[in-house]
Amino acid sequence: MAKAGAIPFTTRWMPEMFGIGTLVVAILIFELLVQSGVVNRFIIPPPSDVFLAFERVVMEEDILGRVRETAFEMTVAGVAVVIVGIPIGALLYRYSIWRRALEDWIGALAAAPIVLAFPLFLVLFGRSSTTIIVMAFFHGLAPIILKTVEGLTATRKVLINVGRSLNMTSSQMFWKILFPSALPVIFTGIRLSWTFCLITVVGVEFLINLGGLGQLINDLAERYDLPGTYASICFVIFVSVLFFVILERIESWLQPAR
Amino acid sequence: MAATGEMTARARPVAAPVMGGEASARSAFMLRMACAVVLLGMWEILSRSGLFYGEVVPSLFKIVLAIGALLVDPVFWTNLRVTFLEVAASLAIGTLLGVMTGIVLGSNRFLMRAFEPYIYYLSPTPRIILFPIMIMWFGVGPSSKIALGALSAFFAVALSTAAGMRQIDQILIRVGRSFRATKWQMAMKIYLPAMKIPVLNGIRLGMGTAIITVLLAETKLSNQGLGYLIMQIYTRFDMPSLYGLLILVFAIAGASNAMIGRAIRE
Repeated sequence: MAKAGAIPFTTRWMPEMFGIGTLVVAILIFELLVQSGVVNRFIIPPPSDVFLAFERVVMEEDILGRVRETAFEMTVAGVAVVIVGIPIGALLYRYSIWRRALEDWIGALAAAPIVLAFPLFLVLFGRSSTTIIVMAFFHGLAPIILKTVEGLTATRKVLINVGRSLNMTSSQMFWKILFPSALPVIFTGIRLSWTFCLITVVGVEFLINLGGLGQLINDLAERYDLPGTYASICFVIFVSVLFFVILERIESWLQPAR
Repeated sequence: MAATGEMTARARPVAAPVMGGEASARSAFMLRMACAVVLLGMWEILSRSGLFYGEVVPSLFKIVLAIGALLVDPVFWTNLRVTFLEVAASLAIGTLLGVMTGIVLGSNRFLMRAFEPYIYYLSPTPRIILFPIMIMWFGVGPSSKIALGALSAFFAVALSTAAGMRQIDQILIRVGRSFRATKWQMAMKIYLPAMKIPVLNGIRLGMGTAIITVLLAETKLSNQGLGYLIMQIYTRFDMPSLYGLLILVFAIAGASNAMIGRAIRE
């Protein structure tokens, strides 16, 4: 078997380059179709206009302030789900009767289309960041609880026996055996929860036209600024993807610790 | 939503608690009922406490009455039919495109490496932000909601099908080849039966996201559908009906999910 280092760079990365190349060709085809009038530029703006609109969106639409606002809402909701979700998960692990009683409800909460209830949250908390944060919190809470329970339950029996043989107290057992063992799975829960939080934050910002990046898209669409709308959507997608990639990297970095 | 699938798929294997047997199941059931009674009781106390303005927290009786009124109102059923048709159309389109894409990506390693990362990383992004683009492309009618719903369903189905395609037991494929099965026979007798569970799982996840996306799009810009009805009731500040309608929508979404889940298990 040939060593990976012996394979030329272009051959090794051929599929990825092909993917990027296809994307570039598709963009160029769109540019040609729009410039030649085959595709109406009032429906799909030329990709070159979208590219140029990035600078305008960044300079004129206070994108840093909007990123900061979305990040703030995301951070508050994200920290809250961790602070509330992990202890609830640990308690459900500790008291199995409660786990049996409530696990299905928590599963149902995870699958419930909570974001649809935004009119209700608007009535309860007003048209403010609080509404967005509370909704993101509720949407993100269930995954972290379920994953904490799953991670703690999956702790290897031999580790627990080692702890018992050392006469560890319940607290020592949790902090020195159970929690470190469950950490990779708990982090998967954190990643899922934060993904849910981000989807809710941006989605609700867009729907109620308030806050950061979601509102930016809505604003530009209502002004019928097509290149700006496309550029802002691309920007939000880029930020979301970057966020997921970073979380995944941290998760895979934690995996060997198992 | 890929994230949802990952969670629900992995959440299931949580080991059964230490205490087992029928007695513990009964205790858990009783505790669950007690929790429900306490929660409902707290709700009723809050609604009667006068702590909240007007009907923000209506009494349970009023919510039940509102649900009853919605169920006998033809407007509810008309809007439900519109949403149902939009979700069904979006799921059909998303499933068709998703299965085709999944088969292509799952059967070709080169194409998988070239394109699957895009689908994988785009799948958890908030799809509703694409609604302005869908409106420009397909107009303000049901087509834009169907397109957005189809896009939502597509990612879950494509990723699940591709994964299912890669997990097909090679022995089954060799058996098919040894019988000199044609491509059509291979597809119908080997590939599709072997991929049934992953594809159905993908459809279940895709349907969940399609329902949410279509309903959200209806709340944003529409003149029919359950999402539109939610916004109409919200505008009237008819809180018991708003709670009632949301409960019905949650129940419909949950029941649809459960139906496909049961189909998968069977």
